[in-house]
Amino acid sequence: MPIKSYLAHPHKDKKEELISAISQLKQCEVVPAENRDILVVVTETNSKEEEDDLRLKLETISSLKLLAMVSGFDTPQKN
Amino acid sequence: MFTSTTNRRDFIKKMAKLSAITAAVSMFPGILFAEEQERGLPKDANLDWKKAPCRFCGVGCGVLVGVEKGKAVAVKGDPKSTVNKGLCCVKGYHSVMAMYGNDRLTKPLVKKNGTYVETTMDEALDLIASKMKETINDHGKDAVSIYGSGQWTIPDGYVASKLFKGCIGTNNVEANARLCMASAVTGFLTSFGLDEPMGCYEDIDHADVFVLWGNNMAEMHPVLFSRLLDQRLKRGVKIIDFATRTTRTSMAADKSILFLPQTDLAVANAICYEIIKNNWVNKSFVEKHCNFSKGLTNMGYGLEDKYKFTDKPEKISFEAYKTFLEDYTPEKVEKISGVSAKDIKYMAAYYGDPNKKVMSLWCMGPNQHSRGTWMNNLIYNIHLLTGKISTPGNSPFSLTGQPSACGTVREVGTLTHKLPHGVVMNKKHREFAAKIWDVPVENIDPKPTYHTVEMFRALDRGDIRFMWIQVTNPMVTMPKLKRYRDAAKKEGRFIVVSDIYPTPTTDIADVILPSAMWIEREGMYGNSERRTQYFEQMVEPPGEAISDTWQLVEVAKRLGYEKQFYYNKETHIEEIYAEYRKHHEGKKHNMAPLKVLKENSGMQWPYVDGKPTKWRFNSKYDPACSNGETFHFYGKPDGKAIIWQRPYEPAAEEPDAEYPYWLNTGRVVEHWHTGSMTRRIPVLHKAMPHGYVELNPDDAKRLQIQTGDRVKLTTRRGEIILPASVNQRGVPAPMQVFVPFFDENMLINDITLDSFCPISKEPDYKKCAVNIEKA
Ligand code: SF4
Repeated sequence: MPIKSYLAHPHKDKKEELISAISQLKQCEVVPAENRDILVVVTETNSKEEEDDLRLKLETISSLKLLAMVSGFDTPQKN
Repeated sequence: MFTSTTNRRDFIKKMAKLSAITAAVSMFPGILFAEEQERGLPKDANLDWKKAPCRFCGVGCGVLVGVEKGKAVAVKGDPKSTVNKGLCCVKGYHSVMAMYGNDRLTKPLVKKNGTYVETTMDEALDLIASKMKETINDHGKDAVSIYGSGQWTIPDGYVASKLFKGCIGTNNVEANARLCMASAVTGFLTSFGLDEPMGCYEDIDHADVFVLWGNNMAEMHPVLFSRLLDQRLKRGVKIIDFATRTTRTSMAADKSILFLPQTDLAVANAICYEIIKNNWVNKSFVEKHCNFSKGLTNMGYGLEDKYKFTDKPEKISFEAYKTFLEDYTPEKVEKISGVSAKDIKYMAAYYGDPNKKVMSLWCMGPNQHSRGTWMNNLIYNIHLLTGKISTPGNSPFSLTGQPSACGTVREVGTLTHKLPHGVVMNKKHREFAAKIWDVPVENIDPKPTYHTVEMFRALDRGDIRFMWIQVTNPMVTMPKLKRYRDAAKKEGRFIVVSDIYPTPTTDIADVILPSAMWIEREGMYGNSERRTQYFEQMVEPPGEAISDTWQLVEVAKRLGYEKQFYYNKETHIEEIYAEYRKHHEGKKHNMAPLKVLKENSGMQWPYVDGKPTKWRFNSKYDPACSNGETFHFYGKPDGKAIIWQRPYEPAAEEPDAEYPYWLNTGRVVEHWHTGSMTRRIPVLHKAMPHGYVELNPDDAKRLQIQTGDRVKLTTRRGEIILPASVNQRGVPAPMQVFVPFFDENMLINDITLDSFCPISKEPDYKKCAVNIEKA
């Protein structure tokens, strides 16, 4: 059950758009920086496949300029 | 401890989020994640937002505190505050959580047969008063003392000074700002005759170049640093980090220049040499507004008990000063400092360029320095020679660490030699204070007694028998700590500690008083830019906790000073502040009335004709200037500032064959000083859970040490084992190590040295010799 965190950089003037696009993905939590164009994104998925899938979805968001992974964890299944 | 799978997942999610936030913070200093904090708010919150200055650092950000059902639940930056314009740092956002740790002190505790027994506040205050009387009867008035703080509110410090200096008649009043700001004070007094910066934070919006002297602003003054970065984005300003260690500030700066410890003295002189050599001196400014002086040299380091030093200033000519600087050519200084002649010339050229406005910023680097007063003087020399002072953007700016080091310690004067206005040695100043305090002038002793280090030495010797410690944690912060911890535990000493949580300092107490913290009472702080900020009581303190102010008032009454401590419980803060303002009346230091403080996000002094003074000593902005010139340094009798001849001298203890490394100590962004508050805030504690020793990667490789390995540090005072940190947050230069001091379980001050600047008596926490080995 992978949990990963990323720093997401939006294209110029697309921060709000990026926040709303990522927020629509149910496996993602978004924490936008208040004074910089940077978002912290935490993803929580049930399997490696789902994780790969999600990453693909994230990378195709048009307002996203760069997605940089910071940490990755694998945890036991939920009951 | 059992953790369910779901809890564990939540925990890991939090850790993942925190890692990303931490990474962002190190890549983009000053970055803020306000929403993360607001996420913790109760749903449908109907919050009442009230304004206050932040509880923590000397930047003095204005915050809005969200209160719901009698509890402070949220903080956001106050957009109306000119200090932070709505921003906050990670400590500020979490500040209210510091009030709700599980182990808050809620009842007075008295030590009986080795254990602490709960008592009532009245009984505890009776006991303190009777112990003070007994000590004065048996050992004289100079056997009782109070040790306060730059985190004292203005009323706390004011009533402490009035009680001890005015009523009891002892100058045994000191505060922890001696450990962080005393060199700034003596620097100002020797160069200008008056304390505190001439400029203000607005200088940041005008300066073209920022030179940070040993000042890791990205961690220690994060909101101000984000204002610098903002100016770089908007106007392309230059940031030069001049330091002994590579930090987050260095990484964000345009240029990082490293110097060997203590040699900043030589580099500052070399900059002055270059300014003169290249004809960059602002001749008309220097002729009209500056004198040249020299003082004594080879002053020693205060390592011995009862060390005394008095400087003997002597006027010199510009020519003599110029000759003195011949020893500080960039090429000669390169050999001492490790800074290339090219880099020295690079810095000098910015200071010398008449078309560039330069702001110098510093804090603990030049202050916690065995020649701290000299270092402050030398930075002023650069600004005075070029005339880059007291105008928007041209600003030598000494930053403070604590929220009211300026407001309470420097302005109220809670140091042994000080009075709210002036010094105890001056008859007129004593008369003035005695009149306002309603005490016979003979009560105020004309002789200062002990500065902080000497006060604890006096406790050790038995010259001091009673000490009341408020809002500070000296059993973590004193240098060469073991001596002073043993001293406090000696027979025949009585220690009172007022605090909000148990600390290593409450461990040495005979009586522990629970204090009301920050917005659990009413008060004021004064920040780095002469801004006094008021806060109202927003929530009730827990249990029997009361404010430090009221603790002192109650004891004063019990000692028989009802006449002087006439204040009413409901209105005492207003009454005390009104009385305090009388000490500063006049164009040079007038404080704004309470009404004005309440209506604004603080107000700068001198407050004259309904307006704050942003740039002192400049007649365009400062109504106290009266010499008919553009500038008037009215702190000196002839209206002229002093350019000081101050040489480079080595530190008290330098590396040798036995102890080959330099040991430097300091702070981290997550923790407020000794961590007694921030270690109770889970997110901050998790982000920085314990102390560590930073090593240079080459040294670590040679010693086969990796991050996390146990490392033994040995100095002449003892040894300590710490986990290693290599190539993590900060990177020390080769043969140097850095240790933060926030962790009470890893007391680095047990092995530091208690050498101090002979003029300011501020200890040098940045330099002593240490050996390191893999444990
Ligand atoms: S920079 Fe200082 S005053 Fe501002 S929020 Fe942070 S700790 Fe508080």
